[in-house]
Amino acid sequence: MVTLRNIIHSAIAMMVCFGSLAGMYALLGAPIVAAAQVLIYLGAISVLILFAIMLTQAGDANLPSPFHRQAALAALAALVVVGLIGWAVTQTDWGNVTVIIAVGLATLSRALFTDYALPFEILSLLLLAAIIGAIYLARRPEDDERAN
Amino acid sequence: MGLQGFLFVSAILFGIGMFGFLARRNAILMLISIELMLNAVNLSLVAFNAYDYYAPDDTGAIFALLVMAVAAAEATVGLALVIAIIRTRQTPEVDEYSDLKE
Repeated sequence: MVTLRNIIHSAIAMMVCFGSLAGMYALLGAPIVAAAQVLIYLGAISVLILFAIMLTQAGDANLPSPFHRQAALAALAALVVVGLIGWAVTQTDWGNVTVIIAVGLATLSRALFTDYALPFEILSLLLLAAIIGAIYLARRPEDDERAN
Repeated sequence: MGLQGFLFVSAILFGIGMFGFLARRNAILMLISIELMLNAVNLSLVAFNAYDYYAPDDTGAIFALLVMAVAAAEATVGLALVIAIIRTRQTPEVDEYSDLKE
């Protein structure tokens, strides 16, 4: 998906990827996270990105190459990181745990509103700040002059 | 599949996201790549949570939810920035933003 020339195709491939990740969360016994993945990523972020693409794309901007000059170096760096993580995963003794611990909605909610209440509240503040910042940044400057 | 399989998928996803961020010229696709990397980390968090037999609590899932909310905030502000800069420079290609170099 990161090699596709048309960026709308990339965004749709990203949505497919987010959907399959939601399936993997469900496989891992965390249906809450899967539902949040569908709601936030498939519902909100994908639509936001598609909107941004359609707002900014002037016709079909089919450029000669979608990549920087350093694409080969970037591929090398990414391969090195994947190799290092893969090496660490294979070298570590994970024990023989095969049972998947399911996440219960009741215990998760209780933990979220007792032990993790402070991060939860800070997160709501962060989202408020993000909304205000996004409105401020994406507003056209000439709207101010017209308003005055 | 087991824990290792999920971790491999997570590592590969992170690598794809990293390559997309470093190699692509389109600013919006760089943001998509960031989302991909955040998703990879989320997947490993949930996988570790699911296979943690000795401390069965929901910390991994809660962290995944928090990361999702932060990712949503990041996408909002990032896309607003990208739209603002595209409006002034008329191009989404990041290597055309070379004012400071000249």
